Amino acid sequence: MALESKIPKGPLSDKWTNHKSKINLVSPANKRAIDIIVVGTGLAGASASATLAELGYNVKTFCFQDSPRRAHSIAAQGGINAAKNYQGDGDSTYRLFYDTIKGGDYRSREANVHRLAEVSTNIIDQCVAQGVPFARDYGGLLDNRSFGGVLVSRTFYAKGQTGQQLLLGAYSAMNRQIGRGKIKMYNRHEMMDLVLVDGKARGIITRNLVDGKIERHGAHAVVIASGGYGNVFFLSTNAMGSNVSAGWKIHKKGAHFANPCYTQIHPTCIPVSGEHQSKLTLMSESLRNDGRIWVPKNIEDVKAIREGKLKPVNIAEENRDYYLERRYPAFGNLVPRDVASRAAKERCDAGYGVNKTGEAVYLDFAAAITRYGSEQAHVKGLDENDAALVKKLGQDVVRSKYGNLFQMYEKIVDQDPYETPMMIYPAVHYTMGGVWVDYNLMTSIPGCYAIGEANFSDHGANRLGASALMQGLADGYFVLPYTIGDYLADDIRTGKIDTNLPEFEKAEATVKAQLERFINTKGKNTVDYYHRKLGKIMWDKCGMSRNATGLNEAITEIKALREDFYKNVNVPGTTSEFNEQLAKAGRVADFLELGELFAKDALERTESCGGHFREESQTPEGEALRNDKDFTFVSAWEYKGEPSKAKLHKEELNYEEIEVKTRSYK
Amino acid sequence: MNLTLKVWRQANAEAKGRMETYPIADVSPDMSFLEMMDVLNEQLMGQGIDPIAFDHDCREGICGMCSMFINGEAHGPDRLVTTCQLHMRKFNDGDTITIEPFRAKAFPVIKDLTVDRSSFDRVQQAGGFVSVNTSGNTQDANSIPIDKHDADKAFDAAACIGCGACVATCKNASAMLFVSAKVSQYALLPQGKVEATDRVMNMVKQMDEEGFGNCTNTGACEVECPKGISLENIARMNREYLYASLKG
Repeated sequence: MALESKIPKGPLSDKWTNHKSKINLVSPANKRAIDIIVVGTGLAGASASATLAELGYNVKTFCFQDSPRRAHSIAAQGGINAAKNYQGDGDSTYRLFYDTIKGGDYRSREANVHRLAEVSTNIIDQCVAQGVPFARDYGGLLDNRSFGGVLVSRTFYAKGQTGQQLLLGAYSAMNRQIGRGKIKMYNRHEMMDLVLVDGKARGIITRNLVDGKIERHGAHAVVIASGGYGNVFFLSTNAMGSNVSAGWKIHKKGAHFANPCYTQIHPTCIPVSGEHQSKLTLMSESLRNDGRIWVPKNIEDVKAIREGKLKPVNIAEENRDYYLERRYPAFGNLVPRDVASRAAKERCDAGYGVNKTGEAVYLDFAAAITRYGSEQAHVKGLDENDAALVKKLGQDVVRSKYGNLFQMYEKIVDQDPYETPMMIYPAVHYTMGGVWVDYNLMTSIPGCYAIGEANFSDHGANRLGASALMQGLADGYFVLPYTIGDYLADDIRTGKIDTNLPEFEKAEATVKAQLERFINTKGKNTVDYYHRKLGKIMWDKCGMSRNATGLNEAITEIKALREDFYKNVNVPGTTSEFNEQLAKAGRVADFLELGELFAKDALERTESCGGHFREESQTPEGEALRNDKDFTFVSAWEYKGEPSKAKLHKEELNYEEIEVKTRSYK
Repeated sequence: MNLTLKVWRQANAEAKGRMETYPIADVSPDMSFLEMMDVLNEQLMGQGIDPIAFDHDCREGICGMCSMFINGEAHGPDRLVTTCQLHMRKFNDGDTITIEPFRAKAFPVIKDLTVDRSSFDRVQQAGGFVSVNTSGNTQDANSIPIDKHDADKAFDAAACIGCGACVATCKNASAMLFVSAKVSQYALLPQGKVEATDRVMNMVKQMDEEGFGNCTNTGACEVECPKGISLENIARMNREYLYASLKG
C-alpha cells in the first residue's frame, strides 16, 4: 500500500482553513445513525469522545483504568503551549510552528505542525470556558512561563499539575455527554483486537478486566488514543499500565507504524535508587526556568560527595561546571530535552555523576531563591541585605510555583530541595514515533484513526516541552471531529454494524486462544521478569546513544527473549476473573515485538536526529549530525508476519516554508 | 527490614473475605509501599499463591487509582501522600502492617484490595461540568479577568484526585469533601457560576442515591486527604446548596 499523506494543496497558512471548508460533512440527522469507538481517555481520547458526542455521533469509549480520569495525561506537569502572545514578547502562530519544526529536528510534517500551531489558541479559550483553573497574575489575566527550545513565554500552566487540570476539563466534558447518554463509557475494559470488515475498521474485541468476559463492539470508525510506548523500556515516567497494545494490534492488522526509534529521554527525572524500582518520576521541565544544572569541576569533589564527606552547597561557585550554560550560552539551561539529556550523560560518562551510582547531576535553585527573595524584599520595602529573610521570601515564591514538585521530590528522595540541590538524571518519557496517520489522522486502515501520543505526526524526532498536551487536545477537540466526517459521509446508509459477522467471530476466537495460551504455559518466570529483561536491553542498546553493533545485538536478544517468554512465562489464575498478571502478559507480549521493530528502525536510520543519536553520526564536538540528503523521510513500517520481516515505506518530507538548517542552540 | 503483613484477601465481590498473614524479608527503606507489594507478589507467585490484586497506575501521586487502608489510615501513616508515594522508611524493622481496601457501601470490593469507585464518576456525570461545547468559537481566554485569590482557591479545590480516601476515612462514609471540591471549583469561577444552582442540587442528589453517608463535621477527611483539600469547601457547598434550595 502506497503512503498517501493527503496534505491539502495551497499555501501553508491556508491549508487547514481550505481543507475544513471543502471536506464532506455528515448531517445532524445522519450523525445519530453513526457509531464511533474511542480507545483511551487521556487528553486526546477524552476530548475526542466529548466533541464527537457533542456533534451528535454515538460514542463508545474504553479505558483500562477504573475511571477515565486516571489516564496518564493526568501526570503531565509543566504546561501547555499556545501562540497567544499575551506576554507581547514576539510570539506568533508562525513562531510556534517554526520552533516545533526546529525542535523536532526537521523530521515532522510542515502542514500538520502548522495546523497544530493554528488551533493552539483555541485550546486555551476552550479550557478556560470549561473552568480549567490556569495560573493567573494579580490583574486576573493568564500567566505564562517558558519552556525548553524557545525564546518566548507561551506556556500556560496550573502549578505543576497542568495535565491534571486539562484532563479533568476534558473528563468533565465527557461526563456531560455520558450524562446525556451520548457516550457509553466502558471502564476497566481493554481493547484486545481490531475487527476489519471488507478492509475497513468496523469494531473491536475487548476484555472486561473485572470478570474476564470477552465482548464484541461494532462501529463505523475506530479511534485509537492509547498513548505512547515508553514502557517498552520497563522503567519510564509512564504509568504502570501504559502500553502499546492497541497501537500494535492495529499495526498487525495493516496500520503502518512510523519512526518507532524516536523516543524522548527527559533530562530531569529522579535518579534510579535500586533494583526494586518499578517506575521513574519526572521533575517538570518548568523547573529549568529557575534551576541551574551543574556537576563539580573537580573529580576530587565528586569523590568526596559520593563518600558523603562533602555537601554540594559547600562547593564554591568557581568549582562548579554549569555545563549547559557553558556549552549552549544562547539557550543555557533551556535547551531542548534531547540536547540536555545527552549533555548529562556526557558528564556522567566522564565520571562526574554526583550520586552513588554515578548517574545524577544537580538541579540547583539557590540562585533563583536569592533572586526572587531580593525582589520580594524590595517590593515589600524590607531589608534586601538580610540573607535569611531573602532566603525565606525566595523559598515562598519557589514554593508557590513548584510546591507540589518539591514535595514529590522530598517524599521520594528524603532530601529537602529548598536547602540542597535536587539530583536528576534522564529517563524515558515520551515517544514521538507511533501509528502512521495521514493529514486527516487516519491510519493506513480505512476508518481507523490514531490521535495524541499514539500517532507519530507532529513532533518529528524530538518533542518540545508543553507540546504533548497541546497536540492531544488539538487532535481531539479541533482536528479529528472535522476530518472524521469526511470519511463517515460515505457511511450514512451502512446501518448498524453486525457483530455476529464471521470477522468478529474469528477475531474473538484468536483473542481467546492467546489468553488461554498464556494461562496454559505454566512456566517458571513471571511476566515482570521478561519485562525487566526487555527494558534492560532497550536502555543499554537503544537508549540515549545507539550504534550498529548494539542494535544488531538488541534485535537478536529481543527475539530470543520473546521465544523464551512464550515457552516459560508463568501467568497464574484463570481467564475468567480479575487477573492483573494476565492483562500484563498481553501487554508485555506486544512490547516484545515492538522492541525488535524499534531496534530495526534505529539501525536503518544511520543519521543522528533529535532523540535518536547514532554514535557513528556526530560532529567533532559530539553534537548530533543529521543527514538530510538521505534521511529526510518518515519511516513507516508495514507488518509482514513478524517484526524482522517488516517492510519499510518512506514518506518524503518536503519543506516549502522552512529552510532546513542545522539545529543550533549555542 | 523484615516485616509481617496482614492483608485482606477476597476472591471476588460475592466471596467472603479474610485477613491473611505474609512475612516479607529484606525490605529496603527506599522502596515505595507499592514496590514492596510488587516484591511480595513475586514472592507469592513463587509459592503458587494467587498475587494480591490492588489498584495502581501512575505511581506518582496524581492519578488517584491507588487506594490502600494501611494500619487504619487511608494511604497509610504519612501525610499529604497517596499510597504510591508512601515509602518504607516510614516503618521500622519488625513492624506488623495491616492492609485493607478502602471500605464503604458505595465502594464495593472487586477483589482483594481493589474496589469499585464508579459511584464517584456518576456523581460527576450528574453535574460536575460547565455546559460549553468544544466548538472553538468560545471567547478569548483573557476576556474575563478572574481575581487571583479566587483562581487560586478554585485550583486548590480542583486538585482533588478522586481517590476516595475521604470516604474511606469517614465514619459515615460521606463523600462531602469530594463533591464539595468540584462544586467549589466551579462556584469560584465566573464560567461555572451560570449553572451553579442546578449543579449543586444534582450532584448532591446523586451523592445521596449512591449510598454515601452524611457529614457530621469530624474533619477526618481533611486530615487524610492526600491533596490537602480543605473543609472550607464543604462549608461553601452547604452555602451553595442552601442558596439553591431557597431559590428553588
